[in-house]
Order: sequence, then structure tokens, then C-alpha cells
Amino acid sequence: MKFAISDVLTITKRQLLQLARVPEILVFSTIQPVMFVLLFRFVFGGSIASNQPGGYVQLLMPGIFVQTVAFTLASTAIGLAEDMKKGLIDRFRSLPISRGAVIIGRTFGDALLNVLVLAVMATAGFAVGWRPTSGILQTSLAFIFLFMFGYALSWIGILVGLSVKEARTVQSVGFLVTFPLTFLSNAFAPTTGMPKALQYFAEWNPVSTMVAACRQMFGLTNQFGATADSWPSQHPLETSLLYMVVLMVVFIPLSIRKYKNFSS
Amino acid sequence: MKSVIAENLVKTYRKGEVVALNDLSLDVEEGTVLGVLGPNGAGKTTTVRILATLLKPDSGHASVAGIDVIKNPDKVRELIGLSGQYAAVDETLTGWDNLVMFGRLYHLGRQPSIDRANELLERFDLVEAARRPIKTYSGGMRRRLDLAASLIVKPKILFLDEPTTGLDPRGRQDMWGVIQDLVKGGVTLLLTTQYLEEADQLADEIAVIDRGTVIARGTSDALKKQVGGERLEITVENGDITVAQEIVARVSGNSTHLDLRTISAPVSTGSIALMETLRALDDAKIHPLDIGLKRPSLDDVFLSLTGHVAEETVQEPVKKKRGGKK
Repeated sequence: MKFAISDVLTITKRQLLQLARVPEILVFSTIQPVMFVLLFRFVFGGSIASNQPGGYVQLLMPGIFVQTVAFTLASTAIGLAEDMKKGLIDRFRSLPISRGAVIIGRTFGDALLNVLVLAVMATAGFAVGWRPTSGILQTSLAFIFLFMFGYALSWIGILVGLSVKEARTVQSVGFLVTFPLTFLSNAFAPTTGMPKALQYFAEWNPVSTMVAACRQMFGLTNQFGATADSWPSQHPLETSLLYMVVLMVVFIPLSIRKYKNFSS
Repeated sequence: MKSVIAENLVKTYRKGEVVALNDLSLDVEEGTVLGVLGPNGAGKTTTVRILATLLKPDSGHASVAGIDVIKNPDKVRELIGLSGQYAAVDETLTGWDNLVMFGRLYHLGRQPSIDRANELLERFDLVEAARRPIKTYSGGMRRRLDLAASLIVKPKILFLDEPTTGLDPRGRQDMWGVIQDLVKGGVTLLLTTQYLEEADQLADEIAVIDRGTVIARGTSDALKKQVGGERLEITVENGDITVAQEIVARVSGNSTHLDLRTISAPVSTGSIALMETLRALDDAKIHPLDIGLKRPSLDDVFLSLTGHVAEETVQEPVKKKRGGKK
């Protein structure tokens, strides 16, 4: 037990070392969101009416941030699936290390990577005109929210990574899941134009509540696309927090149990 | 004393459809090497995974150094080293990074982990490659590093799952040397292999497994005797067959077998028999088209023990014979 913390840290350090040995990892995790920033800012952005002081980019960047951390689910799952396939997890499991250290360490490592990724994305946002207006405290809080969201999703990634055989499966499944989740939301366009059923889905979509919560914390008053009467769009902060807590309460024990049991 | 004991292990997959282990029992005497010989899918890896606490059997018992692997896996993990078929190291990291990381995970402390990593890199001839990512290593280097990672805490009991599969002949020779050195150091080793030659070189005793159970067990010599040991094989022109047959029968002291123009007979004196035969053939002015000693292969062992050639039984699920409860 006294080694539990050091075991987790050693596994986390492994991922930081990977980043140091292969710095391209950071590029791979940010290139796609950066392209989305450019695409929506300069290609679609001009045609999306936003009525937002400061322009569409103010609405866009929180959406991009949430989309970026949402990919943590897939990256955690892919990393773990690869370790399993290569036999590295077997080796870890043959060592006298505390149970759960391997997967807890990985979620920490992916969380630290998220800090770097968010820093890169914030810089990219700044470069194209994004300016939070709520002050340093609220802005930091928004980033803490994003970080926590990524961490909660990481635990779903652990369960997925332990359940599949091929990292490539995760890649395509991850895309199939994150794509509709991030686009059937208020992240890039108002939900008001969607058919009723989709709109309903979009408003309860955790991506939407996260985006709305972040927009609020970055100082935006105009929440485009929210119908006034739906609970999640009126209480995006509370709903997002609730989602994160539920995700962690459900997936942390499930993942740890799966990890311990996959020997049989 | 027995360091490793497996008793009546049963392991099935897909709800009993595929039987990986079917009442397998084996043991390894302390300080000796047991070679577990069998084709792909015979149950070698499953056996190792159970003994190394990575897998739970459906039924049966297993213990390492007297400790039950199912009830007390954590204790067992402190005592064993495991090196698998795949190079189970982090390929993006350097060899040094990997060994230090595993040292830390064995709770060696920072400096001792570093010292041990350097020591092992030296011993396995990997000093030059120490600061390069594993990705750039050759197959042999990768296996050596993988083995080094399993030796960090100087385990008394070591499991090597097909340590040379996929290596070129030189890599295989190197690996054999490394393993022989280890054995001299007094470890108890359970080694799986598909090669009779490898088991012959490294193991004190061999357990042949097929379809999830041990079908023969003994020293390499005993097994070879059972299989028939070396055979002399010679191919001659049609007109020379009768004379050549007489020569082979005389030299080998055994009855000969004729297949087209190829005469064969079991011999016990190896190359001496080969030279005697050559001399006799030369005296008789017979020029053989082909001549050689044939060592029994895994296929021969299987053929003589089971009556069938070594099959990859995984492709062909065997119906469950003896069930086990979870």
C-alpha cells in the first residue's frame, strides 16, 4: 500500500517520458483541433450569424476546447489498447505493483497531456481573436472544468481500451462516438435550427452543457441556440458538474473492476 | 523441492468451446530447467500465464515456491520474472528508460533502479543502444532487453515464453548463451519452445504438450530414445540401392527403411556412423546423391508420441473432455 502512490507516479512519468522522447505526440493531439479552429473561424464562421460582441470566434473557441478534451476518451482508449496488445500490460500485471496503479497512472498522464493541449489551443484561439472577458478567476475555472471533463472521459476510455482487442477499432469507434456528440451540440452552430428531436438531444448532450458552461465562464452572455425552457440549457454549470460526477462514479469502479478481472 | 507445481489445470474459452488446457500437470525441480515443448496452440502460453498470475484457471491448482498463485498472486509476483513472446517493453522509450521504470515498479528506489539498469544493460551487451528508443532495436536486442527487464530483482524463478521465436539463427544463439549463463546462476527456469533443438540445448527435462495436456515427459535423451534418436539418411542411384542398404544396415546395426532411392536407419553414434558409411560407400565406389544425419524434429516427436503431426490446435477447437467449475 505504501508504494501505491509511487507506482501511479511511475506510470504517469512513463507517459511524460514518451512525450519527451516523441514530442510529435503533442502535435498529433493538437493538429486536428487547430485545423477546426481555422476552418470554423475563416471558412464557415463568416456565414454563421452570432450577434456576439467580438464575433463568432468567441462562441467557437469554447466549442473547440470541449471537442478537444472530448478526444481524451479515444486517446486514453487507444493508448491502453496498444499497451495491452503489445503485452506491456501483462508485464505490468506480473509485477508486484498496487492494483489499479497502471490505469490510474494512465488517466493522470492523459490529464497532464490535456493541460499542454489546452495551453496550445488557448494560444491558437488567442491568435485568431478569441478573448475571454470574465477575468482571470472565471477563465481559470473554465479551464479547470475542461480539464475535469477530460479526466472523467478518460475513465470511459479506460473501460473501452480494456474491452477491445485492436487499437484501430478504438480509433474508428472513438470517431463514430465523438463526431456526432460534438456536432449534435451547440458547439459550432445554434441548436434552434435543428429538428425538434435533435434539438432535444443536443440540449441534453454533455458536450452542449459543457460548451454553454464554458461560454458562461468566459463571460459570454449570448448563449446561442438555447431554448429558454430546457433545464440543461438554463443550468449548464450544474448539469455539466452532474455529468462529470456521474461519469466518474460509474466508470472508475467499472474500469478498475474490469482491469482486476480480465485475468479470467 | 519443487519450485513450480501445476496440478490438473483446466482452462477453456468461449464457454467451453475451446479447450486451452485439458487437465495439465507439471512441475519443476528447484534450480533446474523444464522445457515445455509443443506446437502453437498446444497450451504453452496459457500455462505460463496461469503460473505467472496473469490468468486464472477454470479449475486445478498451481503454486510457485510453495505459494498458491490463485490465492496469493501478489506474493508470487515478488518472486518471479516473466518474459513473453512479445517484447513487452515500451517501444517509444529507450532501453534505459524502460529498465529504470521497471526498477521503480519493483520498488527499488531511484538510485538502485538506475544502478541496476546500467548493470543489466552492460550484462546484455546493450550499453551502446541504451539511449535509443526500443523501436530502433533488432529482434534479438529487443528480446535481450525484455529478458533484462524480467531480471531486475534477480528472481529465483523465471518463466520464458518462447524466448527465441522469430529470431534469426544468430539472435537465437546469442539468446541461448544468455539463458545458459542464467541457469548457471542457479535460477529455476520454465521455458516454452516450439523447437526440439532449443529444449535439447537448454532444458534438463522436457515436457511435451499437445492439446492442453502433457503427453510425454523426460530428459532429452529419454525422449529421443522414444522417438528414435538420429537417423542416417542416404540417397543413391537405383543400381546402388542393394549394396548401399547392406552398408547402412551394417554400420547402424539396425534394419533399414527404403523410400524410393532414400535409405534410412536409426543410428546411435552420430557423425561416426556417417563417416563409416561414407568410407564404406567410397570403397564400394558408390557416390551418394545425398547423405546426412537427420535429428528428430518436433514433428517427429509428435508423430511418434501422438501419431499425428504437430497441429495448431487453436484453429480447430477440441471438444471439452473434462469440465471445470469456476
